[in-house]
Amino acid sequence: MLVEVRRTEQGLDVDLTGDWRALGLAQIDAELSGVDLTTAHRITLDTKSLTALDLSGAWRLHEFLNQARAAGAEIQFKGSPPDQLRLIDSTLRGERPVCVEPKPVPHEHGLAPLTEAGLAEIGLFSVREGRDLMAALAFLGRIFSTLGRALTSFKRLRPISIARHIYDTGITAMPITALIAFLISVIIAYMSAQQLRRFGAEIFVVDLVTIGVLREMGVLLTSIIVAGRSGSAFAAELGSMKLNEEVDALVAIGVDPYEALVLPRLFGLMIALPLLTIVADIIGIMGGALLCRYLLDIPITQYLTRVNEAITPTTFWVGLMKAPVFAMLIGMAGAYRGMQVRDSSRELGRLTTVAVVQSIFLVILADALFAVLFMEIGI
Amino acid sequence: MIYPVLEVQGLVNRFGSQIVHNGLNMEVREDEVFGIVGGSGTGKSVLLRSILGLQRPNAGVIRIEGQDITKMSFSQLRIVKARYGVTFQQGALFSALTVLQNVQLPMLEHLHLSVHERDELAMLKIRLSGLPADAAGKFPAQLSGGMIKRAALARALALDPRLLFLDEPTSGLDPISAAEFDDLILYLQKQLRLTVVMITHDLDSIFRTCNRVGVIVDRHMEIDTLEGIVRNPHPWIQSYFHGERGNARLQERSTASVSPHGT
Repeated sequence: MLVEVRRTEQGLDVDLTGDWRALGLAQIDAELSGVDLTTAHRITLDTKSLTALDLSGAWRLHEFLNQARAAGAEIQFKGSPPDQLRLIDSTLRGERPVCVEPKPVPHEHGLAPLTEAGLAEIGLFSVREGRDLMAALAFLGRIFSTLGRALTSFKRLRPISIARHIYDTGITAMPITALIAFLISVIIAYMSAQQLRRFGAEIFVVDLVTIGVLREMGVLLTSIIVAGRSGSAFAAELGSMKLNEEVDALVAIGVDPYEALVLPRLFGLMIALPLLTIVADIIGIMGGALLCRYLLDIPITQYLTRVNEAITPTTFWVGLMKAPVFAMLIGMAGAYRGMQVRDSSRELGRLTTVAVVQSIFLVILADALFAVLFMEIGI
Repeated sequence: MIYPVLEVQGLVNRFGSQIVHNGLNMEVREDEVFGIVGGSGTGKSVLLRSILGLQRPNAGVIRIEGQDITKMSFSQLRIVKARYGVTFQQGALFSALTVLQNVQLPMLEHLHLSVHERDELAMLKIRLSGLPADAAGKFPAQLSGGMIKRAALARALALDPRLLFLDEPTSGLDPISAAEFDDLILYLQKQLRLTVVMITHDLDSIFRTCNRVGVIVDRHMEIDTLEGIVRNPHPWIQSYFHGERGNARLQERSTASVSPHGT
């Protein structure tokens, strides 16, 4: 029991007992709501036997007293009311100093609130996207102007840094790239074998695997993996360096962060991604050979002969030349979003996600454009 | 003509409709320790960022050793930046580099030194900042808060600057480490004849180290000697220096100056 109620001729005597804490709030709630306030003209509260009263308990008591006053009762305490009640009173009445920030004054348009909110949302969105576009263009311009300056000397290209990024984005990504390329060639071979077997044209599985891997799948899947690995890593690394004021420290030392941080990452990736694509191509063709050997009984030598017949001189290069372009898109999206981070680690997470999604989107978009382009020029 | 080491005239900084500085003037003389004080949100960091060239002010002139940095190109700024050292509030050490590499980075950028010279000089700076020699090979994540501040100081001293900017050098340190750090700064200031500009909240630190203090109030700066600024009638300055802690420090100071051994 937390509340003991005795009815006297003037009203109610309420004894509060036990622990009034946040943990027992449900019980306090239940017992207080059980108190019948009708016909109570004077309520006398006794807090002597309370063993604990925290702010949540006091708040519930405060609510109860408000109810009682609203019902026309007069409140009295035996002894002085608990300090917690006074704290709640003075806080709610705004007696304590408040840290106020100036608020912008809302404009009067005479529009319905919902219409206004909708319009404001559209306007905000347009302005934000517009600014984002401008910022992206400014970033691009900054990259090229920095490139112009960095190309003046070998040291300012930061070869050591580039080498590190080739290792980070290229060498360490080799196992996963190889595995994915293998699996993809298996999938293409298996799918096409099922269809082509009906026409007795199993040998064309080789054509499909070879052209598919060399022209499209090798470079596209490698790019998507690299976008997931390195696009996010770029954004997260640069973003946390910004949060940690490391970028400011670089500028204060007199180093251009675009020269020292962004360009080496871009160059590293533009070297690493074509190399990874070659790895993916080799493993993909090997995977196709394996599947043809065991599923379709096409011997390795026949497979290789067929590969040679299937490809034209441009097949390999059409795939490979896309790699540096994709690398640039991934690197720029990652670095751009990373350099945008400011103020909070939540931003870091958000922009890292944006970097990955955008770099994958850009890669696929560019691939589609390439497909149309190659079709038009007939290779 | 002798220029002040650092001179700010009519500085205006705005963010949208919010005016941070409106005609702020300040002047730092050679060989002094100048403290910048101000309530939260009064733009101490914005002031420092403007002086360091990290952001362009909306109006005003900032001269470092007589040269206006607000109109400089990046390559001209690079030369000016080699003349001062900075420590940031959280240290801002490059987390991918060891302490030794951190100290060497400014040297790599600005000086032509052999590997041996660079190693020796960097070690000297590390030792000078009161770090043990084995800290040189550690990464910033392996250091304690006090050691990070010292490593940042070592990096700031890498190019032997005459001018040193410290952003809240004692924030986040316990009072004993803070006092030790202040002593270190004073010692280095005397030995290397440094001009020190420090942003700080720490009253103890101000009373221990600063010759003159600039307080940012109402978007401009009130500058005076330490003795003078505590008598400034501005209400914020009064409540800042004459709070409980401020009064205790002032009392200590006045009793120290009347005692026969005091200087």
